[in-house]
Amino acid sequence: MAVSQLEHHPMDVPGLEPVRETLVLGNPTMRDVTSRIASIVESKITLKYLLTLSVTGAMAALGLFALYYTIVTGIGVWGLNNPVGWGWDITNFVFWIGIGHAGTLISAILYLFRQKWRTAINRSAEAMTLFAVLCALTMVLAHTGRQWLFYWLIPIPNQMHMWVNFRSPLMWDVFAVNTYGLVSLLFWFVGLIPDLGTLRNYVRSATAKKVYGFFSLGWTGSTRHWHHYEIAYMILAGISTPLVLSVHSVVSFDFTVGILPGWHTTIFPPYFVAGAIFSGFAMVSTLMIITREVLDLKQFITVKHLDNMAKIMLATGMMVGYAYAMEMFIAWYSGSNWERWIFINRAMGDYAWAYWTMITCNVISPQIFWFRKFRRSIPVLFIITIFVNIGMWFERFTIIVTSLHHDFLPASWGYYSPSWVEISIFIGTFGIFLTAFLLFAKFVPVIAIAEIKSIMPGAQPAHHHDHKLAEVKS
Amino acid sequence: MMTETAETKTTLTWKGTPVGAVGEFTDVNALMHAAEAIRDAGYRAFDIHTPYPVHGLDHAMGVKRSILTYISFTGMVIGLSSALGMQWWMGAIDYPLNIGGKGLFDWQFSVPIDFELSILGTAVFTVLGMLALCKLPTWWNRYQDDPSFCKATDDTFVVTIDAEDDRFSTEGTQELLRKLGATNVHLVIAAS
Repeated sequence: MAVSQLEHHPMDVPGLEPVRETLVLGNPTMRDVTSRIASIVESKITLKYLLTLSVTGAMAALGLFALYYTIVTGIGVWGLNNPVGWGWDITNFVFWIGIGHAGTLISAILYLFRQKWRTAINRSAEAMTLFAVLCALTMVLAHTGRQWLFYWLIPIPNQMHMWVNFRSPLMWDVFAVNTYGLVSLLFWFVGLIPDLGTLRNYVRSATAKKVYGFFSLGWTGSTRHWHHYEIAYMILAGISTPLVLSVHSVVSFDFTVGILPGWHTTIFPPYFVAGAIFSGFAMVSTLMIITREVLDLKQFITVKHLDNMAKIMLATGMMVGYAYAMEMFIAWYSGSNWERWIFINRAMGDYAWAYWTMITCNVISPQIFWFRKFRRSIPVLFIITIFVNIGMWFERFTIIVTSLHHDFLPASWGYYSPSWVEISIFIGTFGIFLTAFLLFAKFVPVIAIAEIKSIMPGAQPAHHHDHKLAEVKS
Repeated sequence: MMTETAETKTTLTWKGTPVGAVGEFTDVNALMHAAEAIRDAGYRAFDIHTPYPVHGLDHAMGVKRSILTYISFTGMVIGLSSALGMQWWMGAIDYPLNIGGKGLFDWQFSVPIDFELSILGTAVFTVLGMLALCKLPTWWNRYQDDPSFCKATDDTFVVTIDAEDDRFSTEGTQELLRKLGATNVHLVIAAS
């Protein structure tokens, strides 16, 4: 189907740049969109792809080995001890959960706000969410110590005739993170159904046809199905929005409910959510910059998309900046000596290097996004998003470790550094994450084909008036 | 080719019987008018297959409002009540757990889990309800071998009018589709 008429914004002036930039470049037809995205799964696996996959696979293998070593030996092989009982393990857990939040924000919140530009990136952002939650679960499971007793975390009848403690925020976290993982999976899969139907009809190989056909559940694009489907999608977006806000709030309760100075603050839930979105958008941007380059999808993931994401990073970066400042202020204003001391110690104590890395990466570096020129420069974007990822990791590290290493009694002070095992597990989570993303990018439509088509010019009917129904109603 | 017989209405399909009539559209505005016209002509057993959701097409076809929202709400109620029931029964009845002398059950501390399980219940019921209402998964479709029909996931709007419909006639229905601007109008014959 050729797209003849272009949609015009009411404020457009002929001869000038349009008010709204087009979201799909090159004015492709619907068939172009199908074949451009669907052909990725049919293209030959290149040597470059295999090499990348072997690197990420090796990273994952290293992490799995370190996990195995941890499980068979005990978490004594980590650098953790008194007083620092949470270190890289929980830092990585919060880091990965935070990364996931951008995916849900893009797929749910931007959907409710009718932000059409989300259609190019929502699929991969949601996939990123799933893999990030997987890494987060790995970390949190590893830190429990006796990992084979994981079922103690779940209220199931067991040989001890005991139930879990529902007053514990750690228990809330079990429910929050697992619900989040499951709902994200459902949301992602529901979004995929129509595109899997498209792939089933597109691919030539009989095996591929069977596999995509199986997972498409027999989708035919029936309007009677779309009718239920769209309502389902809207409900899922509607419930994912409060869900994503609740998950990081609950994660922050793990800290705030404790009485430790530096953890026991009411600003944590909104501060954690803003930070999660900030770091998640940084990770989405990093991945999108690579994906659009490698899979040649610049037509769909345009500079406009990256520009929008940079703006969100600027906004959420300033929110976390505000939270850092407000934490300091409240520590002073509280009049509590412990609280004051721990915050001065954060900025000037043993871990000052971590604190200032965090401030530099999270507060100072995104300020460059005030300038359109830099928001639209791929190298600048790429470097800043990496900085933000580093900064947000250090934020969690600072919160967790600096609060623990110096508590109420100088006699119980200490210093923590990770062992090679913890570092390897962290590298391993990146390996798992990147391997999963690479496999996704090759075998699943990376861009929501049906959604892209629905926002193309001429895809939707012009203002339509149903005469018969109007008569019936009046 | 099919020979035209008397107007036979049947719910069975066997070799050589028409499954239904198929027509293709590429213009979305013409499609909207066609949907209304087919609805107004009294057809009920028809469908339009589109590569993406077309706003208002369900309405133009006369599709009744989905009951999915009620299913989702039921899921929410089940999730919420099981969360409350679980935390109360496990912590206060089956294994009373004294934490710092506090009450065995208070709704305040149950809120996070109540909330999460409400969301989970809603999500699971929404997805399963949607699949049930669409009768999915169904890995087979009577039109699946028709080349026109397969274009519906790519770039074409495909109207299918089933032979079971009371108003279906092999010639009349095809004529209606042609009149409404459909191209490549043809009958689909049951697979041998």
